[in-house]
Amino acid sequence: MTRKLLRNVATIAATAALSSSALAGELVINTDTSDPAPKAAFEQLIADFEAENPDVTVTWNIFDHEGYKTSIRNFLTADAPDIANWYAGNRMLPYVNAGLFEPVDDVWEEHGLTESLKSATASMTIDGKIWGVPYTYYQWGVYYRKDIFDDLGIAVPTNWEEFKQAGMTLSDNGITPITIGTKYLWTAAGVFDYLNLRTNGYDFHMALTRGEIAWTDERVRATMNNWMELIEAGFFLENHAAYSWQEALAPMVQGDAAMYVMGNFAVAPLREAGLTDDQLGFFQFPEITSGVPVAEEAPTDTIHIPANSSNKEDAKRFLAFVARADVQTKINKTLGQLPINSGSTVADDKFLLAGFEMLSAADGGIAQFFDRDAPAEMAKAGMEGFQEFMVKPERLDTILQRLEKARQRVYN
Amino acid sequence: MAGLANRINQRALAPWLFLAPGVLMFLFYVIFPVFQSIGLSLYEWDGLGEKSYVGMGNYVELMDDEAFYTSLKNNVIWLVLYMLAIPAGLFIALFLNQTVWGIRLYKSLFFFPFVISQVVVGLVFSWFYDPTFGLMNVVLKSIGLDAIAVLADERYVTYGIIAAGLWPQTAYCMILYLTGLNAVNPEQIEAGRLDNAKGWKMLWYVILPQLKPATFIAVVVTVIGALRSFDLISIMTDGGPWGSSRVLAFYMYEQAFSEYGFRMGYGAAIAVVLFLIMIVYIAGFLYKMYRDEQDN
Repeated sequence: MTRKLLRNVATIAATAALSSSALAGELVINTDTSDPAPKAAFEQLIADFEAENPDVTVTWNIFDHEGYKTSIRNFLTADAPDIANWYAGNRMLPYVNAGLFEPVDDVWEEHGLTESLKSATASMTIDGKIWGVPYTYYQWGVYYRKDIFDDLGIAVPTNWEEFKQAGMTLSDNGITPITIGTKYLWTAAGVFDYLNLRTNGYDFHMALTRGEIAWTDERVRATMNNWMELIEAGFFLENHAAYSWQEALAPMVQGDAAMYVMGNFAVAPLREAGLTDDQLGFFQFPEITSGVPVAEEAPTDTIHIPANSSNKEDAKRFLAFVARADVQTKINKTLGQLPINSGSTVADDKFLLAGFEMLSAADGGIAQFFDRDAPAEMAKAGMEGFQEFMVKPERLDTILQRLEKARQRVYN
Repeated sequence: MAGLANRINQRALAPWLFLAPGVLMFLFYVIFPVFQSIGLSLYEWDGLGEKSYVGMGNYVELMDDEAFYTSLKNNVIWLVLYMLAIPAGLFIALFLNQTVWGIRLYKSLFFFPFVISQVVVGLVFSWFYDPTFGLMNVVLKSIGLDAIAVLADERYVTYGIIAAGLWPQTAYCMILYLTGLNAVNPEQIEAGRLDNAKGWKMLWYVILPQLKPATFIAVVVTVIGALRSFDLISIMTDGGPWGSSRVLAFYMYEQAFSEYGFRMGYGAAIAVVLFLIMIVYIAGFLYKMYRDEQDN
């Protein structure tokens, strides 16, 4: 943590030094793209933008991915860049409420984004205004070891009974059905979200994260009871609270675990670890309550113009550029994710194509993620509760009561 | 006459001038923030928008917050168990206080854990405790016992982190005692020998009283070390599992500055409680210093 603190201090100092008084035609961009793929994608994106707009000089500050979450608060108030990246949904609410993001409805109208980015309109809108431009998203679902499933004669499960049956077969053969690392909590929220979306549906998920439903509600309990069935049947990796999501990849690579409820970003490290596309597969999280419209989870990443930006003119040009179909095709090819623009093409990758098909057919709705749909404090309390529940399922009542107490405080 | 007044002025002014930089720094970086934190703890503030006054609201909430009591309990466990570093450091120092070939090398090896960063210590111990490939569990399994996931079990996690913290802290106390032992008066030992003092008695009645200044410093740095036990927790567990390894300093950071936090007022209230705990200790410390000076 000292390291993190130091880094934050360093980044704050760096922003102060770098982004002082932007000149006309100078565009300052702050991003959290410190991982290799996102970094390469933005490098290319900015180079292309500069080539098309020779009158604009871009100054690009890359922040550490984790440190950015703290730095953004400082630079939005103190020394704003002209462009900053962030996330859709409730995650941008504090900045919208504090008046730190600029509404960009005019960009959307002028460039016909209301049509081409239609699928993301809801998650970009707060108080009837649009607050940025989405450039990428990715599906969540179940990544699995196809070769192990084939060896044991397990078919891809499409409903709850088949799913539990598949897990039983895996357990009987000494393989952990689902690997997970909950040290940093959010992975457990992914499992909860899917169980909840499949048990109660999209509208319930949204109402719950908006704080309109008590955590002690019978429907929440139904979700938790489904989860309990999996926990009691030994579905999840032992000692998962000691691992990060990356560490939990190892059992899957070694063939000790067969499934992972994850976002598409898990594919790259799994491939790097040596799994081929013949060994690795993807399937949609199976149906639980029949008749519930199928909803999926697909977090959207976005770019915004800070309200204190000194070059909003060029910033809007940049937003329009990023929204374009061909640009989104290119950037998402590098990112290994899905473009938002309906005119873009999805990269020729079996996971991306499967994800795209799945999301296009999701008539129930597209959720962001538990910690992007719920306010930060509720998200934290909730995810801690999920982790505890996965280890100590007998404490369900205590946990739900605690979450209910948190709900009553947070949403007031 | 004028010359005399000048000299008196100089005498009165000069100390203040020399003190000024230090006093100003102390006022601005220590005293002022303390009062600012106390003030902030009466507000609700997300660090961005308007502050709103809530009076004692944050403290009332704190009294009803399980996580706060968990942190408080862990802080006490830290304070008590961290003290083990002092006797451990003393015995290693006694053991190393001999002249054999290569003793400097052994001394530096024992001191090594204090030199490396706490972050590295945390990582090393996380791997040591790892439930599948960690050395501890490999050993446990080889003698037929079940693996223990120390960092994922609410019963052991705090003790596991304290053990990691004791490693560098023991080295620190050791070096304090090693220097102390250099200053032990050989004549007194000789006199003790003549009176037939040996072993434990020699240690207790002759050596330890002479090591009193070293012991005092060791207690001070160990208490401080225990209260700022932040980096290890952050690296090894991030406060988990489900917040059971938090201490007050970590909880304050989490509430005020972490990804899901930004409750500045609530964080400040936790800081104030931590401050009150520290002030008890600091008052005791000052009282002892004062008494020692009186004795002299």
